[in-house]
Amino acid sequence: MNTLTSAPTLQVNEEGYLKNYQDWNRDWATEIAHQYNISLTPKHWDVLNWLRAKQAEGTALSVRKVGNSGIVDIKEFYALFPGGPLKISSRIAGIPKPASCI
Amino acid sequence: MKTILILGGGTAGTMMANKLRKQLPIDDYKIQVIDKDENHYYQPGFLFIPFGIYQPEEVVKKKKDLFSPYIDFILAEVDRIEVESNLVILKNGATLSYDVLIIATGSQVVPEETPQLKGKLWYKDIFDFYTYEGSVKLAEKLANWQGGRLVINLAETIIKCPVAPLEFTFLADAYFTEKGIRDKVSITYVTPLPGAFTKPKATKMLSQLLIEKSIEVIPDFYLQSVDNERKVLISYDEKEVPFDLLVSIPVNKGSDVIERSNIGDEDGLNFVPTDKYTLQAKAKENIFIIGDATNVPASKAGSVAHFEAEVLTENILSYIKGEPFKEKFDGHSNCFIETGYGKAALIDFNYTTEPLPGKFPFAGLGPLALLQESRINHWGKLAFKWVYWNMLLTGKKIPISHQMSMAGKINEEELIKK
Repeated sequence: MNTLTSAPTLQVNEEGYLKNYQDWNRDWATEIAHQYNISLTPKHWDVLNWLRAKQAEGTALSVRKVGNSGIVDIKEFYALFPGGPLKISSRIAGIPKPASCI
Repeated sequence: MKTILILGGGTAGTMMANKLRKQLPIDDYKIQVIDKDENHYYQPGFLFIPFGIYQPEEVVKKKKDLFSPYIDFILAEVDRIEVESNLVILKNGATLSYDVLIIATGSQVVPEETPQLKGKLWYKDIFDFYTYEGSVKLAEKLANWQGGRLVINLAETIIKCPVAPLEFTFLADAYFTEKGIRDKVSITYVTPLPGAFTKPKATKMLSQLLIEKSIEVIPDFYLQSVDNERKVLISYDEKEVPFDLLVSIPVNKGSDVIERSNIGDEDGLNFVPTDKYTLQAKAKENIFIIGDATNVPASKAGSVAHFEAEVLTENILSYIKGEPFKEKFDGHSNCFIETGYGKAALIDFNYTTEPLPGKFPFAGLGPLALLQESRINHWGKLAFKWVYWNMLLTGKKIPISHQMSMAGKINEEELIKK
């Protein structure tokens, strides 16, 4: 799966994560969010922007870090992006999938 | 006389002191190391203690014996760093000044971050193995355990040695098999990540190990609390996992010194904002961070500290000469992964290149298999203990470049052809 038919065409990897951080735009993010049945609210955008800023700084990310961001706590993060909040929000934010070293 | 002050005499701090001592004239530069613990632990050995492969006394030495002459080792607890005035204040009230500060205060497990993880079952049915005490207590437990539901749980994703929980899982399978009670033990690996393996090539090459060893994986489980009465893990989205014996990898945090000095990342985990290439602190130009204490997106592992130490030694020499930094850390990491029954796999990667299959050239030992099990990798892992004490900590050169090399690795195009 290298392209997403319903989203504006941007290059993604085999798991649907954006290849180039700079390519990201709000339309694309909105489309990806729809695939998870998520309608993006201002709170969602605050989280997405925070994730993008942290990624640009070169910081390692985790759910707990988002929970300590001052934007949402962990429970609220789960409510915004149900299932796997960091992997889903990372995909929408156009940053790499959360991963271990292997 | 100028002073290089190193906070923390663990793997990174000891290497830095010994490497810099070789480079800096004794008459011009004083090197001081402060640590609150007199013992240096060979932390990779903690993995082997629960299974009786290593005895506890094999992994401990006195810190003071590990420094070259003309390094001052100060056994004391640091209260805080006063960044603006270039001072370190000790708990006993003494004050030390520095020209260059190296923060090597590491990462620690903090079970208290998770409600009831360190409750009445702690060191009875709930253990960690990332501490000396935890690994020793777990060895006693495993020796007498008759079987049941063993759960290995990672409370967080940013942890020291991210492959160790998997290694523990593989070794547990082998241990119970060799004991003849594997049919009485179920092994479940519970992780907040999307899987036990998360990188595409590693997933492809190593996932079958989990099936071969009958290990159940529960992904996307982010631990909120532990119910000690019912013996269940509870996630933030209210999923539950029951256990008889829990081996926990608690939340990791940087040192309390970072918190008291108010120089940690805003997320409150006490890791220090660090330039991921130069290892200079973002807060001040005469402060450098190394090893597990940084917030850089590299693994918290001894090999990373080692490669960082090579870069940081050069960069500190440049800094004190007033020259631009010459070296860049590329995120290089190199780790053996024990898979049980006398075998291990090897991974080698950096910030931008995921672990790839192929061969890892290694002078003396011969090429080592990447992302594949082999006996020689296991021997490499066991031999590493000697290398650690006698070469790595003493600051000797090891024939692996701090920059990751693609030599021997099979790249994406070649992999697709296969």
